[in-house]
Amino acid sequence: MISVFLIGTLLISCGLFFNRSKVFNYLLIVAFIALLLGMSIYGFLNPGFTQLRYFKVDSLGLLMLMAIGIVSIPAFYHGYRYIATHNETPHSRGLFFAAMVLLISACSMAYISNHIAVTWIFVEITTLSASALIYHHRNIRALEGVWKYVFLCAISITFIYVGILFLSLSFKQAGINDLSFEVLYQHSDKLNPFWLKLSFLFIFTGFTAKLGLVPMYTAGIDAKDKAPSPAGALLASVLMNVGFVGIYRIYAVVAQTPIKAWANTVIIIAALLTIFVAAVYMTRIKNIKRLFAYSGIEHMGLVMLGLATGGIGVYAAILHIILHTFAKSSLFFQYNSIYRIYQSKSVYDLGNYFKYYKAGAIVVLIGFFSATAMPPSGLFVSEFLIFQSLFESHHTAILLFVLLLLTLIIFGFGTNVFKLLFLPSLTIDEEKVVKISARESFSQYVLLALSIYLAYNPPSFLVLLIQDAVKLVQ
Amino acid sequence: MTDILLIAMAMTLLYLSIANRLYTYLRILVLQGFIIFGTTYLTLTEVNTLNLILILIETIGFKAIAVPWFMNYIIKRNKITREAEPYLPNFISLIIVTLIIVATIILSVSINDHNLDKTYFVVAVSTLFTGLYLIVSRKKIITHVIGYLVIENGVFVLSLAVGNEMPMLVNLGIMLDIFASVLILGVFFNKIGDVIKDPDVDLLRNLKD
Repeated sequence: MISVFLIGTLLISCGLFFNRSKVFNYLLIVAFIALLLGMSIYGFLNPGFTQLRYFKVDSLGLLMLMAIGIVSIPAFYHGYRYIATHNETPHSRGLFFAAMVLLISACSMAYISNHIAVTWIFVEITTLSASALIYHHRNIRALEGVWKYVFLCAISITFIYVGILFLSLSFKQAGINDLSFEVLYQHSDKLNPFWLKLSFLFIFTGFTAKLGLVPMYTAGIDAKDKAPSPAGALLASVLMNVGFVGIYRIYAVVAQTPIKAWANTVIIIAALLTIFVAAVYMTRIKNIKRLFAYSGIEHMGLVMLGLATGGIGVYAAILHIILHTFAKSSLFFQYNSIYRIYQSKSVYDLGNYFKYYKAGAIVVLIGFFSATAMPPSGLFVSEFLIFQSLFESHHTAILLFVLLLLTLIIFGFGTNVFKLLFLPSLTIDEEKVVKISARESFSQYVLLALSIYLAYNPPSFLVLLIQDAVKLVQ
Repeated sequence: MTDILLIAMAMTLLYLSIANRLYTYLRILVLQGFIIFGTTYLTLTEVNTLNLILILIETIGFKAIAVPWFMNYIIKRNKITREAEPYLPNFISLIIVTLIIVATIILSVSINDHNLDKTYFVVAVSTLFTGLYLIVSRKKIITHVIGYLVIENGVFVLSLAVGNEMPMLVNLGIMLDIFASVLILGVFFNKIGDVIKDPDVDLLRNLKD
């Protein structure tokens, strides 16, 4: 199945790149979606199968695969709308969709790869395809965004590589020379702790560029800002999950060894700094798209806190990242219509969104509740569980600090979002406002509803999959 | 012999820290390419011949010839000023790079692993951090790229330390080299050169909060 997927993806993206006919283009995309969903279903029906030696669909990989399958359908739909409203040439349309197909399939392969070097290769491919998407508009700002992204990702990939080298040094002593995760889990007690520490530090730092944590979160923010919003939605949801899966798998190796406490401290420091940075920026920036991007890194900070505190926190972290995938991508999809109405990203130019596009305004409102994790949103449940695990593991000081920062974040986010929704815009020319059909917000409603439904009434297979994934680190 | 080459590699780092002209940086890159070629040849004795030839061609053809030549071409075509324009005086840079090397030596003393030749570790890690230091302390975009190439050289030396047991990792390192260099140099640096002449990081400061 995986070989079919890999070959199919390659053929489809080549087809998209070289083909100029519109109908054929969209047929190829439908074929790709069918392939992607087919693979998730196949993975679901055959749990834990290994193919091509390096790919194994375990519970964590399957969860992420399903999430990417669900998000990619609206991503292609909005990509199609985006291209249609911008009157793109066939060439740039082909490049856009080819890069999107490559990005999605590289992410899916990175989720399910069973070998750290294979994960690393697919992370490289995500950088390549994401950079083509960010540079879609070919202007100097996009160039700046893509340059920073490519450079930082190149450094982060090098860091991961150094981490892999240290890892291989650590089991030179144990006499193993296979780098697959399963061998690592089995022999984690034989690894040399000094090299394992260094290796964890480098791999963690490397993956923070994808996940969006301190110290390497910066390039991701610029990238999400400059990429077309359907691509931005992918960068802000499924690509962050790639970073999460990478860190989770290496953490699972460390969690079996005595250096687990040390690794937890490292993760907690990075997570707290991340939430702090998000709080500082979200109270003062006025660019609505960057606001969404910073909200993403805040959630990643919370997820990492859940992972590091252990207990119910790990379950909550995985649930949180899945719900966040749906909620944040719907906000980014909605951003596209905001930009079409106001032709600006600055909060000063936005306003009265309810008046111009009611269906979209309700999406932004529910999306805001989700992104700040207020009830009745789904993220409230998972965030509450993360706080519970912080409390149970006697991290009360950290809990209080995080709650204080979250209050600041809700304040900053709220001021800007409510300005967009309710206060009148001073600069808008009412004659020129485009009418957008409510149909274009449909997919966002589905995603948001899914994020609420999965949190309050999780189907039993979801709970089982998450519990199985949690077993890796406990 | 390997030790002599590796120590020469560490000495190029000191020279990098005080180099003033861009061409000096390129020459150092060429020199590092040749040093890595020699070290690879002497170290990887247990790798099969075909793979070894591939690795050697990459080190000499790519690291020592193609990349510096291409950078030279970019510098000429975009008429980039030939000063490196550091933020800090050269003397302080020299001290910082020396401190980096001393710190890695001290770190290596604490390693209790007789399987590893510590020289590789010291040279590789100090090259890595010197590269990072070059990136943060120089103003031009092209010096950032040079800093990145220095990091890659350091990483390559580290991969040689495990090269005999796991040649796959060395091959991965080569893949990283080619992938990142082509992506950074070929596509984007060329593009940046087309849009802005004499690229300077100050011109890339629009995206911020």
